[in-house]
Parts: sequence; C-alpha cells; structure tokens
Amino acid sequence: MSERRGPESGGAKPVLTAHQQVRFEESVLPHLDAAYNLARHILRDGTEAEDAVQDGCLRALRHFDGFRGVDGRAWLLSIVRNTCLTYLGRRRAGGGTVAFDEELHSADSEVSGPEADLARAGAAEGVSEALSRLPVEFREALVLRELEGLSYKEIAQVTGAPIGTVMSRLARGRRQLARALGGGAKEGD
Amino acid sequence: MICQDVRERLSPFLDDELDAVTSREVSEHVAGCPACAAELAGLEALRARLRSEVEYHRAPEVLRARVLRQTRAAAERAGRAHPRPAVRWWRGLAAAAVLVAVAGGAWLSGSAARGGPADALVREGVSAHVRSLMAAHLTDVASSDQHTVKPWFNGRLDFSPPVADLASAGFPLVGGRLDYLAGRAVAALVYRRRQHVINVFVWPVDDPRTAVAPAATRHGYHVIRATHAGMALWLVSDLDPRELATLARLLVARPPSP
Repeated sequence: MSERRGPESGGAKPVLTAHQQVRFEESVLPHLDAAYNLARHILRDGTEAEDAVQDGCLRALRHFDGFRGVDGRAWLLSIVRNTCLTYLGRRRAGGGTVAFDEELHSADSEVSGPEADLARAGAAEGVSEALSRLPVEFREALVLRELEGLSYKEIAQVTGAPIGTVMSRLARGRRQLARALGGGAKEGD
Repeated sequence: MICQDVRERLSPFLDDELDAVTSREVSEHVAGCPACAAELAGLEALRARLRSEVEYHRAPEVLRARVLRQTRAAAERAGRAHPRPAVRWWRGLAAAAVLVAVAGGAWLSGSAARGGPADALVREGVSAHVRSLMAAHLTDVASSDQHTVKPWFNGRLDFSPPVADLASAGFPLVGGRLDYLAGRAVAALVYRRRQHVINVFVWPVDDPRTAVAPAATRHGYHVIRATHAGMALWLVSDLDPRELATLARLLVARPPSP
C-alpha cells in the first residue's frame, strides 16, 4: 500500500447549519457500519476502508445541501462506494497491485485467466475468500444484497446501475461463487 | 416454463424480486422438477453460508469519532455551533436498549448487553436457523396442519409448544422439529412467508408476561425475542424485520394454548 495517501484534506471545508447537523446525524451517521462494511469488502483493506469512509463522509457533508431523499443509507453508500472506486483506480494507477484490480471494469468479461484459475484452485476455500476474489461489481452487489439486505432498486441506487444489471450481476456472482466453492450451480446450465 | 427459463430466474426468485406471475410460474415448476429444486436449494445454501460466514465489518470506534468530529467542525464553521453534543443517534440507541429492558423484563434485559450471554444466544439462534436451512433437515414433521404438528411433540418434549395456523395471515405453517438451544431441547416451528423460512424456537420460561423485543440483526438474519404465556418465542429469519414483527405480534396475541 505504498500508494496510500490517507484521507483527503484539500477541498472546500463543509459548512452545516444547526438544522442540517441534526438531519445529518439522524439520517446519515447511523449508516456508518453499512458504509464501512461495504468499503472493507470493496477495498479488502481495513485502513484504506477507514480512509474511504472518512473521505466519503466529508464529501457527504460538503454536498448535504443536495440531499433531498429520505434514504440516507443509499445516499451515503453510493458516495462511499464511489470514493472506494476512486481509491481502486488510484491503486491501479500507482502500479502497485494491478493484478487484483483488473476487475474494476470487467463487468462484461466472462471469467477466465488468473482469477478463474485461482477460483478453481481454491475448491476448499471459505466463502469469504471466494467472495473476495469475485470481480468488484459482483462482490459489492452480493454484499449489499446478502449482508445489508438491500432490494434490487436500492442496490441500483447505490451502484448507479440499472436494475436489470443488478439482477444479472447477482445471478452471475452467485454462479461464480458456487463454482469457486466447488459445487452447486454450474455456469451455462 | 422450461428448465432453462427457470434457472435464469432462480436468483431473482430467491431475492423475491420477480413479478407475482413469474414468481408463481417458477415456484410451480420447482415444485415438480427435482433438478431445478436442487439448483434452488444450492442457491439457498450459498445464501446461508454468505450470511453466516462472511464477516460484517462494523465501523471502528475511532472512525466513528473522526466522522463525528468532522461533522461537528462543519457545524461550528457555520458560527452557530450549538451546545447539543453530537451523539444524538447514540442516545437513540441507548434509548432503544432501555426500551428492550423495560419491555422485556428481567429475562430479556440481559440481552441488551452486547457480548453478554444473551448475545451468544442470538448467535446460537441464528446458527440453528442456518443449520436448519443447510442440512435438508428443516422439519421432523412436515405438515401445515397444527393438529398434526402439535401432538407430534408429545413425549418428545417436556412441554407442549403453542402451534398456530397463520396461513390466512400469510404465514403458512411448514412443520416442526426438535432443536437444541440455550442448553436445552426446544421446539422449532417452521413458518414460511413467500420463499423466506422462519424458525420459531419455543421453550418454557419462568415469566408469564407478554413482551416483544425489537429485532436484533446478525449477518443479515433478524432475531425477535418474545415471551408469552410462560413460553419464550424466538423468531429467526432473513425476512424483513417488520414482517417478522408482524408474525411475533400474531403469535403473542393468541390465548395460551390448552
């Protein structure tokens, strides 16, 4: 993680009115656990995940004016998720851990190459390991669905993908996971 | 619907995200097709493993504190910092914990303390639920008829669990089985809501009051603890907690069973 820069300190400092502070604390802050859990699973690194959540919250404070909705969880999660993807991109640009981050834009490529080999080799691995090897867009969809209990519509809000895409990512993510775990559903049946 | 169409829809079917018509078609096909049923069971087992084995990472306290500081600083910048400490939502949590204690009496109040024995019991309840889904051993007696399920426990337990047929309220009874929880043999009654399985663990307690505690959540499963007519009722499911609470209310609204 030599490329890690820590939370960003630049940028406009957020200003909140007293009323906004109360609203922020009531509608956004209760979802810190959800945000951190998502960040951990996207970034697979505790320290980076903390930074991403803190950065994300700073962005959220800065743009709280624009928060009109009632769903503070989806709103915070989408901001933190975008921050995480920025971190992944930065990691990639840094040339550090390229191998894992090929996945960033692999939504439409079928699994083959090193990742699939890894998955096949790990027939006896646990679910967590198998999950951590999935492409990021499958991984985040599964985390939001299974650990956070979000509906397809909410996952679509968080990830900015159409509902149909959410549906297919979950289906494909599950197939890959089952295959990596050495049983269950086979691809292309 | 042919198998291939069904297979493509099993994942959203599991998530309860199909329209009613398609969902019924899938469900009817699965009922008569062992291969597709096995596929669905595989997906359900995978879900159970994801929810029970993948760690849910809670935000570290130090992160929480940093974010709170950020928030407070932003408010102070507006020049209108007010004395109210920025821990309102924590106070909400504390209030909820107090509610649990008040509503639940002594027996439930122990559970308010995280990491306490009751917390271990929540974990145990979720594990028992997950086990019941994975081992193809959901029920010892499979019947939607309360008059079949209730007598089945005679001679198998030293108490007679209340068994209700709540199909008309959308919670059809699936059956019952013996399970082991809190260091004793308990009755597990299995209900269904759409494709969600609900385990209701029942055992006698020394508390005649009726109380329902708010849902606790662990790895995506919700646990609602209740007491009614001298019985502890623990409801465990991945069902929406509000719907689970509806079932809890239905169960404790019933007169004590004879």
